[in-house]
Amino acid sequence: MALLEIQNVTRRFGDFTAVDNVSIGIEAGEFFTLLGPSGCGKTTLLRMIAGFDLPDGGRILLKGEDLVDRPPERRPMRMVFQSYALFPHMTVEGNVAFPLQMAKTPASEISAKVEAALEDVRLTGFDKRYPHELSGGQRQRVAIGRALVTHPSVLLLDEPLAALDAKLREEMQIELINLQKEVGITFVYVTHDQTEALALSHRIAVMNKGRIEQLDVPSKIYGFPKTRFVADFIGHINLLSGSVSERQGGVITLAVEGLGPVRVTSASPISVGGAGTIALRPEKIRIQSSAPTDSPDNHYRGTVGDLLYMGDVTVYKVSIPGGTRIEALLANSQSGRAKFFEIGDAVEVSWPVDAGHLIEE
Amino acid sequence: MIVVAVHTPSRLGRWLVSGPPLAYLIVFFALPSLIMVLASFRTPGEFGGLAPLIEEGKLDLNLESYARFFSESVYAQIFLKSFGYALLTTLFCITLAYPLASLIARSSRRYRDLLLLLVILPFWSNFLIRIYAWMILLGPNAALARTVNRVLAWFGHDPVPLLFSAFAVLVCLVYVHLPFMVLPLYANLEKHDQALLDAAQDLGANAWQRFWRITFPLSLPGVYAGAALVFIPAFGIFAIPDILGGPEDSLIGNVIKQQFLETRDWPFGSVLSIVLTVVALAFAGLAAWVARGNLRTPSSARGSRA
Amino acid sequence: MRRRRRVVLWAAALAGYAFLYVPLIIVVAYSFNNSRLNAEWVGFTLEWYDKLFHDQDMLIAAGNSLAIALVASIVSTLLGTAAGVAMYRYPSRLLSVLVLAPIAIPEILMGVSLLIFFVLLNLTLGLVSVALAHIAFCIGFVAIVVRARLAGMDETLTEAARDCGASPWNTFRYITLPLIMPGVIAGALMAFTLSIDDFVITFFTAGAGTVTLPLQIYSMIKIAVTPEVNAVSTLLMLLTLALIIIASKLSPTLLRSE
Repeated sequence: MALLEIQNVTRRFGDFTAVDNVSIGIEAGEFFTLLGPSGCGKTTLLRMIAGFDLPDGGRILLKGEDLVDRPPERRPMRMVFQSYALFPHMTVEGNVAFPLQMAKTPASEISAKVEAALEDVRLTGFDKRYPHELSGGQRQRVAIGRALVTHPSVLLLDEPLAALDAKLREEMQIELINLQKEVGITFVYVTHDQTEALALSHRIAVMNKGRIEQLDVPSKIYGFPKTRFVADFIGHINLLSGSVSERQGGVITLAVEGLGPVRVTSASPISVGGAGTIALRPEKIRIQSSAPTDSPDNHYRGTVGDLLYMGDVTVYKVSIPGGTRIEALLANSQSGRAKFFEIGDAVEVSWPVDAGHLIEE
Repeated sequence: MIVVAVHTPSRLGRWLVSGPPLAYLIVFFALPSLIMVLASFRTPGEFGGLAPLIEEGKLDLNLESYARFFSESVYAQIFLKSFGYALLTTLFCITLAYPLASLIARSSRRYRDLLLLLVILPFWSNFLIRIYAWMILLGPNAALARTVNRVLAWFGHDPVPLLFSAFAVLVCLVYVHLPFMVLPLYANLEKHDQALLDAAQDLGANAWQRFWRITFPLSLPGVYAGAALVFIPAFGIFAIPDILGGPEDSLIGNVIKQQFLETRDWPFGSVLSIVLTVVALAFAGLAAWVARGNLRTPSSARGSRA
Repeated sequence: MRRRRRVVLWAAALAGYAFLYVPLIIVVAYSFNNSRLNAEWVGFTLEWYDKLFHDQDMLIAAGNSLAIALVASIVSTLLGTAAGVAMYRYPSRLLSVLVLAPIAIPEILMGVSLLIFFVLLNLTLGLVSVALAHIAFCIGFVAIVVRARLAGMDETLTEAARDCGASPWNTFRYITLPLIMPGVIAGALMAFTLSIDDFVITFFTAGAGTVTLPLQIYSMIKIAVTPEVNAVSTLLMLLTLALIIIASKLSPTLLRSE
């Protein structure tokens, strides 16, 4: 049995079902992420785990024990709030010592434990400061230190990096990974930021409208999205819909309107005539000025409709005569070179049969 | 985000917290008010107060005091007079409060709190002292009365006393209630977006048009709130006419005081108090209702057809 | 153009401030005036203050006022804080109406209804009845300040405290109460000021034998305008001013939540 078991949990607010029959098992020592757009139910689920809200149906078990009768203060889990929720009238030391005091830790042990926690979050020497004297990143560390000081079995993090600027966020991501490895505590992390989820997590549950769309390791979530929603939510993607016109060995041919037949390798048992969508990442598409000589790849002629220079890469939106637009990405690895093509250039886009991923509908 | 109460056995906590103040206010506010309503249906006692509730096996409940109120037109007249004073007070307060509130709302952040504090401070000084101050200012030997009467003498007019007059009552009513109008008006004006006025100017509106068609309609919710805050206490006032008014300046508050402390006719005093409450609450309700209606469509409020 | 309008606005506002302050300044100035008539400046004297401090009736009235204000502010702060917390945490129409109505209705109504109530209860009118009445109307003012303070507080702080293992009571004691304390103290100072200044409700509930400062001032000005009233007014204004300034420093929104 997993450390934290969420079994068929449902939560309704009036007519609105915020969390709809969700079941997850989170293992000890795991970095687990709940990912989804705002309103998908991820925060509601986290608050139910923490005890700030109760499920209307289903159970939440920790080490096999049902938590329903335990108010938040009696659950061996700690939350890191998006706003950090540091007590403004207490110093850093006071904040970190607070859970120890509440747990009636002998006063003689408190200062050593506080110091150890501050060392874990690299804030030694800041103990006499007040929260308003700290930077955003430092406050974040205090919040984490306060949550870790009593060595909870699970740490719940509610978009903890959302308030930081991009550069600091990346730094904190690396620190969070290292910290989690170091302390070995299970992290349950809530975010709407897919790159953050991919970077941090052992496993990700992608949520939408209160349900789990896909629960898997990051590379599978990115490379093999199970549903259109997951494919669309995680990163940029081309979605080509049509019906299966041919099955031959492991290769399926999909008749895509406005483009033509597209071939893709798939183990899917989909039969001829079934509807499906091919999810295709822009970085897997080749874009060239002339047709490649006789290859097994999918290839189509089109013209560059728009382009977006992003610095490290350039995104090309290629219009295919049938009306489809294909997004392709080229790395600007050569310095000084901003783009290979101009708007209006005739180009050839192509991708191998194993570049796409078929989603059944 | 949806705020959900932390789950605890909260019923106990709820009663522990709200129980004591609730109990106190029920005993010392709701209950006395209820008793006053009941008293209005009783007969006055022989030596003041109330006649025994049950006498010779008969329950003492009747409508005599209400009948008296509606049959003697003098009381309706006094109500009307009090209503007039309160309404005039409200109008003068709006006129005086508008420049003050807009100045404060437009001043820089640094001075704003100070300017606001200066408006509120007199409100916190003793009510009687503020009335007394006007006794001095309007007194027969004070500079103001002497100047006024000298001017009147030029026109061949007999000297008029400023003190103990309707004028004194009205001036002091405005003086005492002005802060109640400035505060909500300021709170409203402070939120106005300067860009609206810039846009109006850009579209060709002159200063007067900008005020009358943009600022004023948008400030109406503040005006209504202030009107309720001024009107209600002004309507029930008794100390100001008592101290600054002449014999014919008695308002409803004075009559109520007289019924309770001099005539000791509690039932009739209660009837007057209840009518006062009903009129005051009706006015407050009206102000709130009009303000809500205007809040819903702030841009179409009046200004569009002015 | 813009400048001229600004001048007009300033002039109007200045007139407004003058209207508010000239009467009070004259009261203070004449308290130092060496003349029985409050009509024109004759010369400086402290005679009226001296007289004030030897006026036995005035001293008794001041003593009564202070005692009532002390009791009323302490009790109403306890009850008002509870009411403010309850209004924020467990919103209920009944409590809101009961807390706010005494502030909203004309004072005279509360005065006369409490008069009937106390007389029917056979409670001798005096210090006790006045204090009970003052508590009833001060609760609302304290509750408003405390609720405003709570509304300005980050709700996740109480959640964080619970999450850190604090029981609801410990959360209140270590987190909520320290954070709303400035509001509570401001409310207490406000209640003290309201009580010591109250005239109307005291007038009806004090009975014949008990005199407070406002009642004493009332009976004096009903007889004659004397500079001794100016002196006591000045002192009372100073006290109120000090209390309100301290309160507004503690709770900056205090003066706006009216």
